[in-house]
Amino acid sequence: MNAWPLLGIALVVLGFALRMSPVLVVVGAGLATALLAGFSPTETLVLFGESFVKHRYLALVLLFLPALAVLERQGLREHVRDFIRKHRALSAGRLLLLYLGLRQVLAALGLTSLGGQAQSVRPLLAPMAEAAAQPATEAERQRILALCAATDNVGLFFGEDIFIAFGAVLLMQGFYAEHGLMLEPLQIALWGLPTALCAFLIHGLRVARLERLA
Amino acid sequence: MIALVHVYALAGLLFAVLAYLSLKDSEHPRRWTTAAFWALLALAFLAGERMPAWSMGLAVLGLATLAGFGGVKAGRLKSREAAAREASARRFGHRLFLPALCLPGFTVLASLGLPRILIAGQPLVDPAQGSLIGLGLGSALAFAYALRMTGEALRPALDEARHTLDSIAWAALLPLLLAMLGSVFSKAGVGTTVAQLITENLALDQRLPAVLAYALGMALFTVIMGNAFAAFPVMTAGIGLPILVQRLGADPGPVAAIGMLSGYCGTLLTPMAANFNIVPVALLELSDKHAVIRAQVATALPLLACNVLLMYWLAF
Repeated sequence: MNAWPLLGIALVVLGFALRMSPVLVVVGAGLATALLAGFSPTETLVLFGESFVKHRYLALVLLFLPALAVLERQGLREHVRDFIRKHRALSAGRLLLLYLGLRQVLAALGLTSLGGQAQSVRPLLAPMAEAAAQPATEAERQRILALCAATDNVGLFFGEDIFIAFGAVLLMQGFYAEHGLMLEPLQIALWGLPTALCAFLIHGLRVARLERLA
Repeated sequence: MIALVHVYALAGLLFAVLAYLSLKDSEHPRRWTTAAFWALLALAFLAGERMPAWSMGLAVLGLATLAGFGGVKAGRLKSREAAAREASARRFGHRLFLPALCLPGFTVLASLGLPRILIAGQPLVDPAQGSLIGLGLGSALAFAYALRMTGEALRPALDEARHTLDSIAWAALLPLLLAMLGSVFSKAGVGTTVAQLITENLALDQRLPAVLAYALGMALFTVIMGNAFAAFPVMTAGIGLPILVQRLGADPGPVAAIGMLSGYCGTLLTPMAANFNIVPVALLELSDKHAVIRAQVATALPLLACNVLLMYWLAF
């Protein structure tokens, strides 16, 4: 067993801890790990290139930014702010709680794409929460925006696993099948429910507490 | 059939336009390097699968160098004045939501409905890639619709989009680079080595220590790899299946499901999951790079503890 490539992990941890440019840390660690594992420079380049081309879909969310730019030039954020100010009952805490629940339920039904950091957090949720909470300081404002992004992630992660056709469930089923254990997707997906409920309670409690702060 | 390559071509086109506009922007502080970045990215999207893999590897190093050393920066933006935005917000009102809702609506349609439409025996949209194709087409549709509805001109809209894209370029590149690092890790056997170290050094013949090792191992490993999917086969082959299921007789269903969700707690804690934890920092213009992770710690850790308890109760 060649343990040298493990140094790559150490490099990543060190780089992130020293707050170096994440782009350089990741590529540097990739190069170091490849060399320590004994790959030739050509092999390394081929591995980099193949993986990059295969994972291009991760950047497709950028395609939404031109539409967002038009809407923001035309006052989408201002409209969202005015809308929230007219509906005083929708406090920041209630808004985030509602969003969390909706995101979890929709993701559990397989509708994971009904939301996302570029699709719904930046144009809708963040300006709504900001207008509802009316933060007094810039630090407070940034904390609320970060909590919006966090709420989208938590809602997505702890909803999607209940959907039986979701990749993670099929991955688990496939893994067991490879090792001779036959399970129905539902036998796995249903066990995601207790954790999903805990996630709603824990994160929900945290966002609901925003009311008292605001 | 509309396939993923067509959406990649669309993205390539956008990046090529960005490169051209950067090149023409004589006031841009990093005009040449920014243009080079978008041009390289356009190449990877327009022709990535047709180029030799080593040349794409070189392109990746080029992109990382340009973005990592501050070569891609946003220029000065001649944004609309606040008063003009207020007036336009009052004029369009709720209609401003329509193009924004166009995207999720179309994404759902493309993943559920469009693959069922057959044209000459072929599905209209590649059924395996429905939601990504929907994301691409829906974005283009939303852009066209927003321009038409508001009467906004193309050039200022693209300039505003370019300003945002320039400032988040490094964050947008990061998920691809991390996926690449994951491929290097798995080809170098990093995962199996870590699992071997864990199983060789822990005596796991009792329920609680075994559950702890598996759930925390999933979380820790996900923190390192940035992805619970990469951690699952390694940790389950190392601990979950041989020790929990086969030796201690745990129910495989809850072991896998709760194990995976323990990994998801790790996802909430790591900058390696850049598309969830770093991209929004750039999108929301937060000053602390780890602000989203900080906002998630107080959810992730108690939830991980819940997972350990749930697995202990439900699997036995």
